[in-house]
Amino acid sequence: MIQYLKNIWAGLSSTFIGMRITWKHLFVKKVTIQYPDERFQLPEKARNRLYLEMSKCNGCNSCAIACPVNCITVETIRVSPDDPHQEVHFNGKDRKLWVSRYDIDFAKCCYCGLCTAVCPSEAIQHTTEYEYSVYKREDLLYKFQTLTPEQVKEKERLLAEFRAIEKVCHPETDAKPAEKKVVDKPTE
Amino acid sequence: MENVNFLYDLLGKNIISVVLVISLPLMFVLVYALIAILAELKVSAWIQERLGPMRTGPWGILQPIAEVVKLIQKEDITPDKSSKLLYNLAPFIIFTGAYAAFAVIPFSEYFVPAGINLGLFYIFAVGSISAIGIVMGGWASNNKYSLMGAMRSVAQLISYEVPAAMAVLSIVVLASTMNMQEINKIQSGWFWNWFIFGGPGTIAKLWVIPFTMGLGLIYFISSLAETNRVPFDIPEGESELVAGFHTEYSGMKFAMFFFAEYANMFVVAAVLTTIFLGGWNSPFNDFMQGPIWGVFWFVSKAFSVVLVQIWIRWTLPRFRVDQLMYIGWKVLLPLSFICFMAISLYVMLK
Repeated sequence: MIQYLKNIWAGLSSTFIGMRITWKHLFVKKVTIQYPDERFQLPEKARNRLYLEMSKCNGCNSCAIACPVNCITVETIRVSPDDPHQEVHFNGKDRKLWVSRYDIDFAKCCYCGLCTAVCPSEAIQHTTEYEYSVYKREDLLYKFQTLTPEQVKEKERLLAEFRAIEKVCHPETDAKPAEKKVVDKPTE
Repeated sequence: MENVNFLYDLLGKNIISVVLVISLPLMFVLVYALIAILAELKVSAWIQERLGPMRTGPWGILQPIAEVVKLIQKEDITPDKSSKLLYNLAPFIIFTGAYAAFAVIPFSEYFVPAGINLGLFYIFAVGSISAIGIVMGGWASNNKYSLMGAMRSVAQLISYEVPAAMAVLSIVVLASTMNMQEINKIQSGWFWNWFIFGGPGTIAKLWVIPFTMGLGLIYFISSLAETNRVPFDIPEGESELVAGFHTEYSGMKFAMFFFAEYANMFVVAAVLTTIFLGGWNSPFNDFMQGPIWGVFWFVSKAFSVVLVQIWIRWTLPRFRVDQLMYIGWKVLLPLSFICFMAISLYVMLK
Protein backbone atom coordinates (compact mmCIF):
# COMPACT_ATOMS: atom_id res chain seq x y z
CA MET A 1 0.00 0.00 0.00
CA ILE A 2 2.79 2.41 0.91
CA GLN A 3 4.61 1.43 -2.25
CA TYR A 4 1.45 2.11 -4.23
CA LEU A 5 1.12 5.62 -2.82
CA LYS A 6 4.82 6.23 -3.30
CA ASN A 7 4.50 5.24 -6.94
CA ILE A 8 1.65 7.68 -7.45
CA TRP A 9 3.61 10.44 -5.74
CA ALA A 10 6.71 9.65 -7.80
CA GLY A 11 4.68 9.76 -11.02
CA LEU A 12 3.03 13.07 -10.17
CA SER A 13 6.11 14.82 -8.83
CA SER A 14 8.31 13.72 -11.72
CA THR A 15 5.65 14.97 -14.14
CA PHE A 16 5.74 18.36 -12.46
CA ILE A 17 9.52 18.42 -12.52
CA GLY A 18 9.44 17.60 -16.22
CA MET A 19 6.87 20.28 -16.88
CA ARG A 20 8.96 22.83 -15.00
CA ILE A 21 11.94 21.96 -17.19
CA THR A 22 9.98 22.25 -20.43
CA TRP A 23 8.48 25.52 -19.19
CA LYS A 24 11.96 26.93 -18.67
CA HIS A 25 12.95 25.84 -22.17
CA LEU A 26 10.01 27.75 -23.61
CA PHE A 27 11.71 31.05 -22.88
CA VAL A 28 15.41 30.47 -23.42
CA LYS A 29 17.19 31.78 -26.49
CA LYS A 30 16.57 29.49 -29.43
CA VAL A 31 19.52 27.51 -30.71
CA THR A 32 18.38 27.47 -34.33
CA ILE A 33 18.69 30.47 -36.64
CA GLN A 34 16.85 31.59 -39.76
CA TYR A 35 19.60 30.22 -41.93
CA PRO A 36 19.73 32.06 -45.25
CA ASP A 37 18.81 35.33 -43.52
CA GLU A 38 21.30 35.06 -40.70
CA ARG A 39 24.41 32.94 -40.62
CA PHE A 40 26.80 31.45 -38.16
CA GLN A 41 30.16 33.07 -37.66
CA LEU A 42 32.47 30.61 -39.40
CA PRO A 43 35.33 29.23 -37.31
CA GLU A 44 38.71 30.79 -38.06
CA LYS A 45 40.12 27.68 -39.73
CA ALA A 46 36.89 26.46 -41.30
CA ARG A 47 37.50 24.17 -44.26
CA ASN A 48 35.15 24.98 -47.10
CA ARG A 49 35.49 25.09 -50.86
CA LEU A 50 39.09 25.15 -52.13
CA TYR A 51 40.52 27.82 -54.36
CA LEU A 52 43.71 27.60 -56.37
CA GLU A 53 45.70 30.77 -57.01
CA MET A 54 47.17 29.79 -60.38
CA SER A 55 49.87 32.46 -60.37
CA LYS A 56 51.34 30.82 -57.26
CA CYS A 57 50.99 27.19 -58.39
CA ASN A 58 54.24 25.67 -59.57
CA GLY A 59 52.66 22.41 -60.74
CA CYS A 60 54.52 20.23 -58.22
CA ASN A 61 51.61 17.77 -57.97
CA SER A 62 51.99 17.43 -54.14
CA CYS A 63 48.33 18.21 -53.58
CA ALA A 64 47.20 15.44 -55.93
CA ILE A 65 49.53 12.99 -54.17
CA ALA A 66 48.41 14.06 -50.71
CA CYS A 67 44.72 13.89 -51.54
CA PRO A 68 43.24 10.80 -49.83
CA VAL A 69 40.26 10.61 -52.21
CA ASN A 70 42.06 11.52 -55.43
CA CYS A 71 39.83 14.43 -56.23
CA ILE A 72 42.65 16.62 -57.61
CA THR A 73 44.02 16.01 -61.10
CA VAL A 74 47.10 17.94 -62.21
CA GLU A 75 48.72 17.85 -65.63
CA THR A 76 51.73 19.93 -66.52
CA ILE A 77 53.85 20.84 -69.57
CA ARG A 78 57.45 21.89 -69.28
CA VAL A 79 58.04 25.48 -70.30
CA SER A 80 59.93 25.61 -73.55
CA PRO A 81 62.80 28.14 -73.47
CA ASP A 82 61.72 29.32 -76.92
CA ASP A 83 58.27 30.23 -75.72
CA PRO A 84 57.71 33.98 -76.05
CA HIS A 85 55.18 33.71 -73.22
CA GLN A 86 57.14 33.46 -69.97
CA GLU A 87 55.89 33.95 -66.45
CA VAL A 88 57.56 34.93 -63.22
CA HIS A 89 56.53 33.26 -59.99
CA PHE A 90 55.47 35.13 -56.89
CA ASN A 91 58.89 34.36 -55.41
CA GLY A 92 60.65 35.98 -58.34
CA LYS A 93 61.77 32.80 -60.13
CA ASP A 94 60.77 31.80 -63.66
CA ARG A 95 57.95 29.38 -64.16
CA LYS A 96 59.21 25.89 -65.01
CA LEU A 97 55.94 24.10 -65.68
CA TRP A 98 52.75 25.18 -67.37
CA VAL A 99 49.74 23.77 -65.53
CA SER A 100 47.66 22.60 -68.46
CA ARG A 101 45.02 21.01 -66.29
CA TYR A 102 44.04 21.49 -62.67
CA ASP A 103 40.68 19.91 -61.74
CA ILE A 104 39.15 19.51 -58.30
CA ASP A 105 36.10 17.29 -58.09
CA PHE A 106 34.16 18.62 -55.09
CA ALA A 107 31.79 15.70 -55.28
CA LYS A 108 34.71 13.61 -54.04
CA CYS A 109 36.47 16.16 -51.83
CA CYS A 110 36.36 15.31 -48.13
CA TYR A 111 37.59 18.71 -46.93
CA CYS A 112 40.47 17.23 -44.98
CA GLY A 113 42.77 20.10 -45.85
CA LEU A 114 45.83 17.94 -46.60
CA CYS A 115 46.35 19.63 -49.97
CA THR A 116 46.64 23.03 -48.32
CA ALA A 117 49.08 21.59 -45.81
CA VAL A 118 51.49 20.18 -48.38
CA CYS A 119 51.34 23.02 -50.88
CA PRO A 120 54.83 24.59 -50.92
CA SER A 121 53.64 27.94 -52.25
CA GLU A 122 50.28 28.18 -50.45
CA ALA A 123 48.57 28.31 -53.83
CA ILE A 124 45.63 26.11 -52.78
CA GLN A 125 43.59 27.54 -49.91
CA HIS A 126 40.21 27.07 -48.26
CA THR A 127 37.72 29.84 -48.87
CA THR A 128 34.69 30.79 -46.77
CA GLU A 129 32.30 29.66 -49.51
CA TYR A 130 30.15 26.68 -48.51
CA GLU A 131 26.93 27.09 -50.54
CA TYR A 132 27.57 25.67 -53.98
CA SER A 133 25.16 22.80 -54.41
CA VAL A 134 24.30 22.05 -58.02
CA TYR A 135 21.78 19.90 -59.86
CA LYS A 136 24.28 17.76 -61.74
CA ARG A 137 27.26 16.01 -60.25
CA GLU A 138 29.41 17.02 -63.22
CA ASP A 139 28.95 20.66 -62.26
CA LEU A 140 30.99 20.06 -59.13
CA LEU A 141 34.11 19.49 -61.22
CA TYR A 142 35.93 22.78 -60.89
CA LYS A 143 38.60 23.66 -63.46
CA PHE A 144 41.28 26.02 -62.27
CA GLN A 145 43.63 26.15 -65.25
CA THR A 146 44.12 29.59 -66.76
CA LEU A 147 45.44 28.42 -70.13
CA THR A 148 42.98 28.02 -72.96
CA PRO A 149 43.02 24.75 -74.96
CA GLU A 150 44.62 26.60 -77.88
CA GLN A 151 47.37 27.85 -75.60
CA VAL A 152 47.90 24.32 -74.26
CA LYS A 153 48.25 23.01 -77.80
CA GLU A 154 50.66 25.83 -78.59
CA LYS A 155 52.77 25.03 -75.54
CA GLU A 156 52.81 21.34 -76.38
CA ARG A 157 53.89 22.11 -79.92
CA LEU A 158 56.63 24.45 -78.71
CA LEU A 159 57.91 21.84 -76.27
CA ALA A 160 57.91 19.13 -78.92
CA GLU A 161 59.83 21.42 -81.29
CA PHE A 162 62.32 22.24 -78.57
CA ARG A 163 62.79 18.55 -77.81
CA ALA A 164 63.28 17.72 -81.45
CA ILE A 165 65.93 20.39 -81.79
CA GLU A 166 67.57 19.25 -78.57
CA LYS A 167 67.61 15.66 -79.79
CA VAL A 168 69.40 16.67 -82.91
CA CYS A 169 71.91 18.87 -81.13
CA HIS A 170 72.53 16.84 -77.96
CA PRO A 171 71.55 13.21 -78.55
CA GLU A 172 73.08 12.13 -75.20
CA THR A 173 70.47 14.05 -73.24
CA ASP A 174 67.84 11.77 -74.66
CA ALA A 175 67.88 9.41 -71.71
CA LYS A 176 67.06 11.91 -69.00
CA PRO A 177 65.94 10.26 -65.80
CA ALA A 178 63.09 12.72 -65.52
CA GLU A 179 61.56 11.49 -68.74
CA LYS A 180 61.75 7.83 -67.88
CA LYS A 181 58.51 6.00 -68.05
CA VAL A 182 57.14 5.35 -64.58
CA VAL A 183 56.83 1.69 -63.77
CA ASP A 184 54.31 0.54 -61.25
CA LYS A 185 56.19 -2.46 -59.91
CA PRO A 186 59.74 -2.07 -58.67
CA THR A 187 62.18 -3.95 -60.87
CA GLU A 188 63.92 -6.91 -59.32
CA MET B 1 -35.80 25.84 -16.89
CA GLU B 2 -35.49 29.03 -18.87
CA ASN B 3 -32.47 29.39 -21.07
CA VAL B 4 -31.19 32.70 -22.33
CA ASN B 5 -29.84 32.76 -25.85
CA PHE B 6 -29.08 36.14 -27.29
CA LEU B 7 -29.69 35.07 -30.88
CA TYR B 8 -33.20 33.83 -30.09
CA ASP B 9 -33.84 37.06 -28.20
CA LEU B 10 -32.70 39.13 -31.15
CA LEU B 11 -34.20 37.23 -34.08
CA GLY B 12 -36.95 35.19 -32.53
CA LYS B 13 -36.95 31.42 -32.86
CA ASN B 14 -37.04 30.89 -36.61
CA ILE B 15 -35.05 28.87 -39.10
CA ILE B 16 -32.40 31.55 -39.61
CA SER B 17 -31.65 31.97 -35.95
CA VAL B 18 -31.53 28.21 -35.43
CA VAL B 19 -29.06 27.77 -38.28
CA LEU B 20 -27.02 30.65 -36.88
CA VAL B 21 -26.99 29.10 -33.43
CA ILE B 22 -25.88 25.79 -34.91
CA SER B 23 -23.16 27.24 -37.12
CA LEU B 24 -21.69 29.72 -34.64
CA PRO B 25 -19.75 27.04 -32.72
CA LEU B 26 -18.64 25.53 -36.04
CA MET B 27 -17.03 28.80 -37.09
CA PHE B 28 -15.50 29.01 -33.67
CA VAL B 29 -14.11 25.46 -33.98
CA LEU B 30 -12.57 26.17 -37.38
CA VAL B 31 -10.82 29.32 -36.18
CA TYR B 32 -9.85 27.72 -32.90
CA ALA B 33 -8.42 24.64 -34.65
CA LEU B 34 -6.16 26.82 -36.78
CA ILE B 35 -4.92 28.68 -33.70
CA ALA B 36 -4.46 25.42 -31.80
CA ILE B 37 -2.44 23.89 -34.64
CA LEU B 38 -0.22 26.97 -34.70
CA ALA B 39 0.11 26.83 -30.91
CA GLU B 40 1.04 23.18 -31.13
CA LEU B 41 3.72 23.88 -33.75
CA LYS B 42 5.11 26.88 -31.94
CA VAL B 43 5.03 25.47 -28.41
CA SER B 44 6.66 22.27 -29.55
CA ALA B 45 9.35 24.25 -31.30
CA TRP B 46 10.00 26.59 -28.39
CA ILE B 47 10.18 23.76 -25.89
CA GLN B 48 12.79 22.13 -28.10
CA GLU B 49 14.53 25.50 -28.47
CA ARG B 50 13.71 25.77 -32.14
CA LEU B 51 12.04 28.67 -33.90
CA GLY B 52 9.22 26.68 -35.45
CA PRO B 53 7.56 27.71 -38.70
CA MET B 54 8.82 31.17 -39.67
CA ARG B 55 8.34 31.48 -43.42
CA THR B 56 4.58 31.49 -44.03
CA GLY B 57 3.42 34.93 -43.03
CA PRO B 58 5.01 37.00 -40.29
CA TRP B 59 6.55 34.62 -37.73
CA GLY B 60 4.85 31.77 -39.55
CA ILE B 61 1.36 32.57 -38.33
CA LEU B 62 -0.17 31.49 -41.64
CA GLN B 63 1.32 28.01 -41.39
CA PRO B 64 -1.94 26.24 -40.33
CA ILE B 65 -3.77 27.85 -43.27
CA ALA B 66 -1.06 26.61 -45.60
CA GLU B 67 -1.43 23.14 -44.12
CA VAL B 68 -5.18 23.12 -44.63
CA VAL B 69 -4.73 24.27 -48.23
CA LYS B 70 -2.21 21.50 -48.74
CA LEU B 71 -4.57 18.89 -47.29
CA ILE B 72 -7.42 20.06 -49.53
CA GLN B 73 -5.22 19.72 -52.60
CA LYS B 74 -4.06 16.21 -51.79
CA GLU B 75 -5.40 13.15 -53.49
CA ASP B 76 -8.19 11.42 -51.63
CA ILE B 77 -7.21 7.76 -51.56
CA THR B 78 -9.58 4.93 -50.73
CA PRO B 79 -7.74 1.62 -50.36
CA ASP B 80 -8.84 -1.02 -52.83
CA LYS B 81 -9.59 -3.73 -50.28
CA SER B 82 -11.27 -1.45 -47.76
CA SER B 83 -14.92 -1.41 -46.89
CA LYS B 84 -15.83 1.66 -48.88
CA LEU B 85 -18.94 2.82 -47.03
CA LEU B 86 -17.54 2.51 -43.52
CA TYR B 87 -14.18 3.88 -44.57
CA ASN B 88 -15.70 7.03 -46.03
CA LEU B 89 -18.18 7.44 -43.19
CA ALA B 90 -15.71 7.22 -40.31
CA PRO B 91 -14.18 10.72 -40.45
CA PHE B 92 -17.60 12.34 -40.57
CA ILE B 93 -18.83 10.33 -37.61
CA ILE B 94 -15.79 11.26 -35.59
CA PHE B 95 -16.18 14.93 -36.37
CA THR B 96 -19.91 14.75 -35.68
CA GLY B 97 -19.18 13.20 -32.29
CA ALA B 98 -16.70 15.91 -31.49
CA TYR B 99 -18.94 18.69 -32.73
CA ALA B 100 -22.14 17.41 -31.14
CA ALA B 101 -20.67 18.11 -27.71
CA PHE B 102 -20.56 21.81 -28.56
CA ALA B 103 -24.36 21.89 -28.34
CA VAL B 104 -24.33 22.19 -24.56
CA ILE B 105 -21.14 24.13 -23.98
CA PRO B 106 -22.01 27.44 -22.34
CA PHE B 107 -19.88 30.06 -24.04
CA SER B 108 -21.48 32.89 -22.16
CA GLU B 109 -24.34 33.74 -19.87
CA TYR B 110 -26.40 34.55 -22.94
CA PHE B 111 -25.17 31.96 -25.37
CA VAL B 112 -25.43 28.22 -25.13
CA PRO B 113 -26.61 26.46 -28.29
CA ALA B 114 -28.93 24.07 -26.41
CA GLY B 115 -29.19 24.57 -22.68
CA ILE B 116 -30.55 21.16 -21.78
CA ASN B 117 -30.79 20.07 -18.16
CA LEU B 118 -28.70 16.95 -18.70
CA GLY B 119 -25.79 18.80 -20.29
CA LEU B 120 -22.97 16.86 -18.64
CA PHE B 121 -24.69 13.56 -19.22
CA TYR B 122 -25.15 14.48 -22.88
CA ILE B 123 -21.46 15.32 -23.27
CA PHE B 124 -20.50 11.90 -21.99
CA ALA B 125 -23.02 10.26 -24.28
CA VAL B 126 -21.88 11.95 -27.47
CA GLY B 127 -18.23 11.77 -26.44
CA SER B 128 -18.37 8.03 -27.03
CA ILE B 129 -19.54 8.46 -30.62
CA SER B 130 -15.99 9.21 -31.66
CA ALA B 131 -14.99 5.76 -30.40
CA ILE B 132 -17.38 4.23 -32.94
CA GLY B 133 -15.84 6.37 -35.65
CA ILE B 134 -12.35 5.29 -34.66
CA VAL B 135 -13.26 1.59 -34.72
CA MET B 136 -15.04 2.09 -38.03
CA GLY B 137 -12.08 3.81 -39.62
CA GLY B 138 -9.59 1.35 -38.19
CA TRP B 139 -11.55 -1.71 -39.14
CA ALA B 140 -12.62 -0.59 -42.60
CA SER B 141 -9.10 0.42 -43.62
CA ASN B 142 -8.16 -3.26 -43.91
CA ASN B 143 -4.78 -2.53 -42.39
CA LYS B 144 -3.25 -4.20 -39.38
CA TYR B 145 -1.88 -0.97 -37.98
CA SER B 146 -5.23 0.74 -38.26
CA LEU B 147 -7.04 -2.15 -36.59
CA MET B 148 -4.50 -2.28 -33.80
CA GLY B 149 -4.78 1.46 -33.23
CA ALA B 150 -8.55 1.32 -33.19
CA MET B 151 -8.56 -1.53 -30.68
CA ARG B 152 -6.16 0.27 -28.40
CA SER B 153 -8.12 3.46 -28.71
CA VAL B 154 -11.37 1.84 -27.64
CA ALA B 155 -9.73 -0.02 -24.75
CA GLN B 156 -8.30 3.28 -23.59
CA LEU B 157 -11.53 5.20 -24.03
CA ILE B 158 -13.56 2.69 -22.04
CA SER B 159 -10.99 2.59 -19.25
CA TYR B 160 -10.70 6.31 -18.87
CA GLU B 161 -14.33 7.22 -19.23
CA VAL B 162 -15.05 5.70 -15.83
CA PRO B 163 -12.76 7.92 -13.71
CA ALA B 164 -13.73 10.93 -15.84
CA ALA B 165 -17.40 10.19 -15.22
CA MET B 166 -16.73 9.76 -11.49
CA ALA B 167 -14.99 13.14 -11.39
CA VAL B 168 -17.88 14.80 -13.18
CA LEU B 169 -20.43 13.02 -11.00
CA SER B 170 -18.76 14.28 -7.86
CA ILE B 171 -19.19 17.83 -9.09
CA VAL B 172 -22.79 17.02 -9.97
CA VAL B 173 -23.27 15.91 -6.36
CA LEU B 174 -21.69 19.15 -5.19
CA ALA B 175 -23.75 21.33 -7.53
CA SER B 176 -26.95 19.23 -7.47
CA THR B 177 -27.49 19.88 -11.18
CA MET B 178 -26.33 18.57 -14.53
CA ASN B 179 -27.16 21.76 -16.37
CA MET B 180 -23.87 23.34 -17.32
CA GLN B 181 -25.32 26.84 -17.26
CA GLU B 182 -26.56 26.30 -13.70
CA ILE B 183 -23.18 24.93 -12.64
CA ASN B 184 -21.60 28.11 -13.97
CA LYS B 185 -24.03 30.31 -12.10
CA ILE B 186 -23.29 28.53 -8.82
CA GLN B 187 -19.59 29.32 -9.21
CA SER B 188 -20.03 33.08 -9.67
CA GLY B 189 -18.13 35.45 -7.44
CA TRP B 190 -14.46 35.24 -6.55
CA PHE B 191 -12.27 32.45 -7.87
CA TRP B 192 -12.41 30.57 -4.57
CA ASN B 193 -16.02 29.82 -5.43
CA TRP B 194 -14.89 27.63 -8.31
CA PHE B 195 -15.46 23.94 -7.82
CA ILE B 196 -11.77 23.19 -8.00
CA PHE B 197 -11.57 25.12 -4.72
CA GLY B 198 -14.60 23.35 -3.25
CA GLY B 199 -17.33 25.61 -4.61
CA PRO B 200 -19.10 28.33 -2.69
CA GLY B 201 -19.40 27.65 1.03
CA THR B 202 -18.25 28.52 4.50
CA ILE B 203 -14.88 27.90 6.10
CA ALA B 204 -15.99 24.28 6.59
CA LYS B 205 -15.30 23.60 2.90
CA LEU B 206 -11.55 23.78 3.49
CA TRP B 207 -11.17 20.03 4.10
CA VAL B 208 -12.88 19.20 0.81
CA ILE B 209 -10.49 21.31 -1.31
CA PRO B 210 -7.81 18.57 -1.68
CA PHE B 211 -10.49 16.22 -2.95
CA THR B 212 -11.88 18.64 -5.52
CA MET B 213 -8.38 19.51 -6.68
CA GLY B 214 -7.62 15.80 -6.98
CA LEU B 215 -10.78 15.36 -9.01
CA GLY B 216 -9.73 18.18 -11.27
CA LEU B 217 -6.44 16.42 -11.85
CA ILE B 218 -8.16 13.07 -12.39
CA TYR B 219 -10.53 14.60 -14.91
CA PHE B 220 -7.66 16.30 -16.71
CA ILE B 221 -5.64 13.08 -16.96
CA SER B 222 -8.67 11.12 -18.16
CA SER B 223 -9.50 13.80 -20.70
CA LEU B 224 -5.99 13.50 -22.11
CA ALA B 225 -6.64 9.80 -22.59
CA GLU B 226 -10.05 10.41 -24.15
CA THR B 227 -8.63 12.76 -26.76
CA ASN B 228 -5.77 10.35 -27.56
CA ARG B 229 -3.19 12.95 -26.66
CA VAL B 230 0.35 12.25 -25.48
CA PRO B 231 1.14 10.59 -23.07
CA PHE B 232 -1.96 8.52 -23.86
CA ASP B 233 -1.44 8.42 -27.62
CA ILE B 234 -0.88 4.69 -28.00
CA PRO B 235 -3.77 4.49 -30.54
CA GLU B 236 -1.70 6.56 -32.96
CA GLY B 237 1.78 5.88 -31.65
CA GLU B 238 3.91 6.82 -34.63
CA SER B 239 6.86 4.69 -33.66
CA GLU B 240 4.82 1.49 -33.39
CA LEU B 241 1.69 1.86 -35.47
CA VAL B 242 2.63 4.27 -38.29
CA ALA B 243 -0.33 6.53 -37.54
CA GLY B 244 -2.81 4.24 -35.80
CA PHE B 245 -6.39 4.24 -36.95
CA HIS B 246 -5.89 6.96 -39.59
CA THR B 247 -2.92 5.33 -41.33
CA GLU B 248 -4.79 4.91 -44.61
CA TYR B 249 -6.52 8.27 -44.67
CA SER B 250 -5.32 11.12 -46.80
CA GLY B 251 -6.37 14.56 -47.94
CA MET B 252 -9.55 16.04 -46.57
CA LYS B 253 -10.57 12.91 -44.67
CA PHE B 254 -7.34 13.05 -42.73
CA ALA B 255 -8.04 16.73 -42.10
CA MET B 256 -11.39 15.75 -40.62
CA PHE B 257 -9.61 13.47 -38.13
CA PHE B 258 -7.25 16.29 -37.39
CA PHE B 259 -10.02 18.80 -36.80
CA ALA B 260 -11.93 16.28 -34.72
CA GLU B 261 -8.91 15.79 -32.47
CA TYR B 262 -8.58 19.52 -31.88
CA ALA B 263 -12.34 19.93 -31.45
CA ASN B 264 -12.26 17.11 -28.89
CA MET B 265 -9.42 18.80 -27.07
CA PHE B 266 -11.52 21.92 -26.81
CA VAL B 267 -14.56 20.00 -25.63
CA VAL B 268 -12.73 18.38 -22.73
CA ALA B 269 -11.06 21.68 -21.93
CA ALA B 270 -14.47 23.36 -21.97
CA VAL B 271 -15.94 20.75 -19.66
CA LEU B 272 -13.00 21.13 -17.31
CA THR B 273 -13.44 24.90 -17.43
CA THR B 274 -17.15 24.68 -16.79
CA ILE B 275 -17.18 22.24 -13.92
CA PHE B 276 -13.90 23.12 -12.20
CA LEU B 277 -12.73 26.54 -13.29
CA GLY B 278 -15.92 28.58 -13.10
CA GLY B 279 -16.80 28.66 -16.80
CA TRP B 280 -17.57 32.17 -18.00
CA ASN B 281 -17.23 33.69 -14.55
CA SER B 282 -14.59 36.29 -13.95
CA PRO B 283 -12.10 35.21 -11.28
CA PHE B 284 -12.49 38.58 -9.54
CA ASN B 285 -16.13 38.86 -8.57
CA ASP B 286 -17.72 41.73 -10.54
CA PHE B 287 -14.52 42.84 -12.23
CA MET B 288 -14.94 42.31 -16.00
CA GLN B 289 -18.06 40.23 -15.39
CA GLY B 290 -20.71 40.23 -18.08
CA PRO B 291 -22.02 38.35 -21.11
CA ILE B 292 -19.31 39.53 -23.51
CA TRP B 293 -16.52 39.28 -20.98
CA GLY B 294 -17.98 35.84 -20.27
CA VAL B 295 -16.98 34.69 -23.75
CA PHE B 296 -13.53 36.10 -23.16
CA TRP B 297 -13.09 34.36 -19.82
CA PHE B 298 -14.51 31.08 -21.05
CA VAL B 299 -12.41 30.93 -24.20
CA SER B 300 -9.23 32.05 -22.47
CA LYS B 301 -9.66 29.54 -19.65
CA ALA B 302 -10.41 26.71 -22.05
CA PHE B 303 -7.54 27.69 -24.29
CA SER B 304 -5.18 27.74 -21.32
CA VAL B 305 -6.23 24.17 -20.59
CA VAL B 306 -5.55 23.29 -24.24
CA LEU B 307 -2.12 24.88 -23.91
CA VAL B 308 -1.43 22.77 -20.85
CA GLN B 309 -2.40 19.71 -22.89
CA ILE B 310 0.11 20.76 -25.56
CA TRP B 311 2.71 21.51 -22.90
CA ILE B 312 2.27 18.02 -21.43
CA ARG B 313 2.54 16.51 -24.88
CA TRP B 314 6.08 17.83 -25.24
CA THR B 315 7.05 16.86 -21.70
CA LEU B 316 6.06 13.25 -21.25
CA PRO B 317 6.85 10.15 -23.27
CA ARG B 318 4.18 7.67 -24.31
CA PHE B 319 2.85 5.08 -21.85
CA ARG B 320 3.04 1.38 -22.45
CA VAL B 321 -0.29 -0.41 -22.82
CA ASP B 322 -0.02 -2.13 -19.43
CA GLN B 323 0.99 1.11 -17.72
CA LEU B 324 -2.00 2.77 -19.31
CA MET B 325 -4.37 0.15 -17.93
CA TYR B 326 -2.66 0.29 -14.54
CA ILE B 327 -3.13 4.04 -14.28
CA GLY B 328 -6.71 3.89 -15.45
CA TRP B 329 -8.04 1.04 -13.35
CA LYS B 330 -5.76 0.86 -10.35
CA VAL B 331 -4.90 4.48 -9.70
CA LEU B 332 -7.43 6.89 -11.13
CA LEU B 333 -10.54 4.81 -10.50
CA PRO B 334 -9.97 4.10 -6.75
CA LEU B 335 -8.84 7.65 -6.14
CA SER B 336 -11.88 9.07 -7.91
CA PHE B 337 -14.11 6.82 -5.77
CA ILE B 338 -12.44 8.09 -2.61
CA CYS B 339 -12.92 11.68 -3.71
CA PHE B 340 -16.53 10.94 -4.64
CA MET B 341 -17.18 9.50 -1.15
CA ALA B 342 -15.53 12.48 0.53
CA ILE B 343 -17.55 14.96 -1.47
CA SER B 344 -20.78 13.07 -0.84
CA LEU B 345 -19.98 13.16 2.90
CA TYR B 346 -19.35 16.89 2.68
CA VAL B 347 -22.65 17.48 0.88
CA MET B 348 -24.48 15.34 3.48
CA LEU B 349 -22.97 17.25 6.41
CA LYS B 350 -23.55 20.66 4.85
